[in-house]
Amino acid sequence: MMKSLHIDPVKCTGCLQCEMACSYENYGVFNPAKSRIKVFDFHETGRKVPYTCTQCDEAWCLHACPVEAIKLDAATGAKIVDEATCVGCKVCTIACPFGTINYVQDTGKVQKCDLCGGNPACAEACPTQAITYIDADWTGLDRMRQWAAKLDRQSAGHAD
Amino acid sequence: MSWQRQVLRVNLSKGTCASEPLNMEWAKAFLGQRGLATKYFVEEVDAKVDPLSPDNKLIFATGPLTGTMASTGGRYSVITKGALTGAIACSNSGGYWGAELKMAGWDMVILEGRSQRPVYLKIENDKAELVDAGEIWGKTIWFTEEHLKRKHQDPLMRVSSIGRAGETGCMYAAVINDLHRAAGRSGVGTVMGSKNLKAIAVRGTKGVGNIRDLKEFMRATAAGKKVLADNAVTGQGLPKFGTQVLMNVINEIGALPTRNHRDVQFEGAKDISAEAMHEPRKTDGKPNLVTNQACFGCTIACGRISKIDETHYTVVNKPEYWGASGGLEYEAAWALGAANGVNDLEALTYANFICNEDGFDPISFGATVGAVMELYQMGVLTEEQLGIEAPFGSAKALTYFAEMTAKGEGFGKEIGLGSKRLCEKYGHPELSMTVKGQEFPAYDSRGIQGMGLAYATANRGACHLRGYTVASEVLGVPVKTDPHTTDGKAGLVKAFQDATAVFDSAGICLFTSFAWTLQDVAPQLAAACEGDWSMENLSRVGERIWNLERQFNLRAGFTAADDNLPHRLLAEPANSGPAKGKVNELGKMLPEYYEVRGWTKDGRLKPETVKRLGL
Repeated sequence: MMKSLHIDPVKCTGCLQCEMACSYENYGVFNPAKSRIKVFDFHETGRKVPYTCTQCDEAWCLHACPVEAIKLDAATGAKIVDEATCVGCKVCTIACPFGTINYVQDTGKVQKCDLCGGNPACAEACPTQAITYIDADWTGLDRMRQWAAKLDRQSAGHAD
Repeated sequence: MSWQRQVLRVNLSKGTCASEPLNMEWAKAFLGQRGLATKYFVEEVDAKVDPLSPDNKLIFATGPLTGTMASTGGRYSVITKGALTGAIACSNSGGYWGAELKMAGWDMVILEGRSQRPVYLKIENDKAELVDAGEIWGKTIWFTEEHLKRKHQDPLMRVSSIGRAGETGCMYAAVINDLHRAAGRSGVGTVMGSKNLKAIAVRGTKGVGNIRDLKEFMRATAAGKKVLADNAVTGQGLPKFGTQVLMNVINEIGALPTRNHRDVQFEGAKDISAEAMHEPRKTDGKPNLVTNQACFGCTIACGRISKIDETHYTVVNKPEYWGASGGLEYEAAWALGAANGVNDLEALTYANFICNEDGFDPISFGATVGAVMELYQMGVLTEEQLGIEAPFGSAKALTYFAEMTAKGEGFGKEIGLGSKRLCEKYGHPELSMTVKGQEFPAYDSRGIQGMGLAYATANRGACHLRGYTVASEVLGVPVKTDPHTTDGKAGLVKAFQDATAVFDSAGICLFTSFAWTLQDVAPQLAAACEGDWSMENLSRVGERIWNLERQFNLRAGFTAADDNLPHRLLAEPANSGPAKGKVNELGKMLPEYYEVRGWTKDGRLKPETVKRLGL
């Protein structure tokens, strides 16, 4: 089964465990500055929203790369940066409509979410299931179930 | 070794910033944050120093677990000689600032002297500089954070700052980071203001990577997180209700200090409780509470984010207060509410916003307003003096006083003195509900005997966060004891005080201790840091820290006579509830406490205690 990251902002508390897990997985340090997933705190509304690469099928970053450093991981569907090939030209950062591929000064390369080879550390670390890694074809299943239950309760109510 | 091993020393008089290695010998004896910074402080500062003189120092310190994946590992403390108390002060804050400082490569920042003009300290990894603060001096904390992020084009920067209360000499001014997380008590913000230091803006991109055994650390911290998730308080109660879960509980046991401790139960408690914050309002159909929120690394998420009713008198035509912001925690709800007999939840939320926006401690502020209202009822203070009628229960007086105290104007200047100085000034020192000059928090020690001893002996003045025996006496954590007896309370208080010193020195939040004991903390520290971090040694470290603070206070001039409670709690019995008829029996507990502490009858460390603890 192909899976994808699924984000439910309502459940996010802003603890940044995901950002630390991401930087730990990729760089061996706890460092939100190096995280490929970022949590945005909209303090005026109290909303906290984690955001990262959604692994577009027709990935702008992949097509824009002049040296073909961004490749498809067929097993997970992730678009992966091959650091050995990347020349740090940053064209992909211009091409990406979502801003989820970024340049890293320390390495001179770009970085983006690679789904950790199929076991995303962010989802693993999230204490509230705001970030989950689930069936790519059915990311809406939970929400459908909730609405189905609600509809059922309403219609059952009418039947009484 | 999860210390960064670097200290930033800033001399504000000379305008210099210098790096020096962390004293690792001290780190192994005092752990970090509260303990380690206190060690630096007592070694460098004369205990007799005037808190507001340039010779006082101010230390912002992280712990070894700050900035790691340990749950709640985002804490920092501000250590100084307190403006309010003249005792050792150590105020602890969450949010994100502490982790950012650690990520920038620093364990602590030591601030010395006094700048000639207002400045802020800007830290970007190794680079630290003092910058003119002309454009933010005289402005609020909320303005300051926005302004600095915009000015430096860095939305990811974290800012810790003081507001106008800290600039104008409110004696219980707080240091606030991330808009509403506070190093709140004892006037640490007042000391910062006296140094002409407006803010510390930090951006850290180095991270924390020097964990001793990473694999073991990930295992130990994951185990710790599971304990928190599985515990009813940290896994369910706190995320849903916040600390406010206590309001109705403490009221029912008759230990909710009400109207300046004249009463022990508040008829309006339910209106200002956690449950009330969840209730949709009649006006707009929305609840006061918007959501819960975590601090850095925290898997509990007890923080409250609230929104004030836009039609409430406090915010009509003031859209700047219509957004969501830091809501009422239990202590603030009590101090702004029950302590004054005010049951208007929206007014309390507004007063709390003002405390955050201009940086002052809602506990000391609310408790001082309680004393003012009592003086008003007695006819000692008049409407003419106060600028408003101020009977107990007046929300209008409360919010007016909050606005005036924030700006340091009118009678707000007097309220900024704190309850002790204010009551002395107006001839009624007996009405000040304080220990060592600091106002009580939200537990009446007539109904919870151990808390009386904990307050009387707390090194930073009356405080619930130095030995929270409420956990045992009321909630049954780790074991239930009878709140009405004094038996065994001396040992209980000591155990809580020593363990708390460890939590406060590790970089984690004390609230984990609802679920964690030192047994849960020890493996996390041991995996992160070199040295002996067994449970046995940690207990000794905690006791050492407690005694170090005590030594400082004794040198500062405090004596056993200051380990005391106001006459009201010792002589005026609780007038309702399960503790009706009881006073606090401090006299029964204190001698035994000195005994178990290894102190003399007059509260001084015996030579063998000094030796045993390596002080």
